[in-house]
Amino acid sequence: MRIFYVTLKYTAVTLWSMFIIAPFLWALSTSFKDFNSVTGGATYIPWVDFEPTLEGWRVLLRSPAQGGVNIVEPYLNSIFVTCMASFVSIVLGTLAAYALSRFTFKAGFIKNDDITFFFISQRIMPPVVLAIPFFIMLGKLGLLDTLLGLVMVYVVLLMPIAVWIMVDFFNKVPIEIDETALIDGCNPYQAFFKVVLPNSIPGMVVAGLFCMIFGWTDFFFAFILTFTEVQLLPVAIVSLNSSITPWWSLSAAALVSVAPLVVVAFIVERYLSKGNLSGALK
Amino acid sequence: MTLAASNLTIERKDEFYLNNISFEMSPGKIYTIIGRTLSGKTTLLKTIAGLISQDSGKLTFNGNDFDIIPVWKRQVAMVYQQFINYPHLNVFENIAFPLKQRKLGKEEINDRVKQAIEQVGLVGFEGRKIQALSGGQQQRVALARSLVKNANILLLDEPLVNLDYKLREQLREEFKKIFSSKASEEAILIYTTTDPVEAMQLGGEVIVMDEGKILQQGSAKEIYENPITTKVAEITNDPAMNLFKGEIKGKKIKLNSKIELSLPKHFKDLTDGHYTFGIRASGITLAKSGFPFQIELAEISGSETFLHLGQGQVHVVGLLDAVKNFDIGETVSVIFDIEKLYAFGSDGILMSSPYSGTK
Repeated sequence: MRIFYVTLKYTAVTLWSMFIIAPFLWALSTSFKDFNSVTGGATYIPWVDFEPTLEGWRVLLRSPAQGGVNIVEPYLNSIFVTCMASFVSIVLGTLAAYALSRFTFKAGFIKNDDITFFFISQRIMPPVVLAIPFFIMLGKLGLLDTLLGLVMVYVVLLMPIAVWIMVDFFNKVPIEIDETALIDGCNPYQAFFKVVLPNSIPGMVVAGLFCMIFGWTDFFFAFILTFTEVQLLPVAIVSLNSSITPWWSLSAAALVSVAPLVVVAFIVERYLSKGNLSGALK
Repeated sequence: MTLAASNLTIERKDEFYLNNISFEMSPGKIYTIIGRTLSGKTTLLKTIAGLISQDSGKLTFNGNDFDIIPVWKRQVAMVYQQFINYPHLNVFENIAFPLKQRKLGKEEINDRVKQAIEQVGLVGFEGRKIQALSGGQQQRVALARSLVKNANILLLDEPLVNLDYKLREQLREEFKKIFSSKASEEAILIYTTTDPVEAMQLGGEVIVMDEGKILQQGSAKEIYENPITTKVAEITNDPAMNLFKGEIKGKKIKLNSKIELSLPKHFKDLTDGHYTFGIRASGITLAKSGFPFQIELAEISGSETFLHLGQGQVHVVGLLDAVKNFDIGETVSVIFDIEKLYAFGSDGILMSSPYSGTK
């Protein structure tokens, strides 16, 4: 019976893994194809079903004048904007979340939960509602089509995610840890930086990962708020499209764009899988 | 060096967390605060630590206003009932934390941490992560961190409540030894518990709290022998003291139409009338020529059996000094040791006790 369950378990895991990995393998295979290989029926194995070519990848590095779309600059722009916006969102979001979790605010009928909801409500509105105000504000500030402008917009969009995750995280951190730090001689700032913050890394990693995913994959604001000076990766990938859809270079671009998130996920995986707070309070 | 509170009051949403609390505590003693959950024990400790500010009243230490000193500058240490430690630090770093905050020299920190580790029996665990320790070991770390500070006031908020029975017994003994040496070092130790046995075992001065008020303060022996109200009698006994209404008429105590007890000597000065009588479980047992009671529940506890007994309106808990199974509803013959009876007035105030007679 045990063998049956083990077999069942491994079969299920294998099938699920294939389900997850299959699109990536498909994209990888397609990225090495050319027009004929893509349109000439289903082909799977390079050198057997089709002759692999690097053309799809070369297009990503050629300049538009050479008939390509150089994604190096948009790639670096995306990394800069996503990292900066995520970093600022995490820093501000963590501080705001700590305050919302530990202190009681009351202004008329507005209390802590309402303030938390105000942050989250930024994400409830459809992006198109925010697009025009953002466009006008950045225009007035002279920040349209600039990296700084994009970072500011993304901070507004990502910070609610950070606040939401971190408020929930801090609510689960026993307040007695903060109190013990105070009793042990820390002033409130030292208690936060020396005790609370080091133990909040798992929450910050989760919040940071979500911010990076949302920031990295956004197309709408990257498209609306940029013209010629600055271009982010999702917009550059879309510009690959033409009258004949170049599936080979689109697949290569898709793999390249997913790569940073995969790398980040692998790096922070150990923080995601185990909470560092066990042992704070048994 | 005295810690004194006068009329400490904390009220939130029409509910008193502390209600006119006054006391004076001197060094070299263990003060055990006993009370049920939500009686205000933790609130009082947090107020002393400076984590909560009272609405009114005054707290002084050595005659100086304690309220104006922020928590991180008070010479106070505290151990919580949850095992609170810093998960990102190992055992040594956890214990050294308060000393590093005081910016003491490396050598002094090492010496004092080593001493504290020896005191709580954690030698060899210095480099371990907190998560790798058992509950008892984690609580030892928390205790070591509080001891290493050499604080003037050591607050222990039900430190053993989350441990299993055996470990609790073991640590209680160890803690008692540590506390005795700590108390002799001129520190004020305040220990809270809900367990009457623990309160009595620790000895020292016992403070009984309920609904934010101090009901009684005195030595463990004094509280045991003369609980001044029915509430104190309930809180300081496990199982709670049996309390039942009855009447003294002639030379008899009448509990109901079927139960009449002789008047014990220490009740001789009580006038006829209605009283609330109290007797501990150990004063009620089974014997051949007793009153018929029905078994409502029988709980085996170690080598004894607690019997929940009922007859009409009278419901009591008795103690059988043996392990025996009973059927629920079974009729047994019960006797009351009248020499162990207490009498309380209609207002719940102690009128007569077996130890000091009629008040």
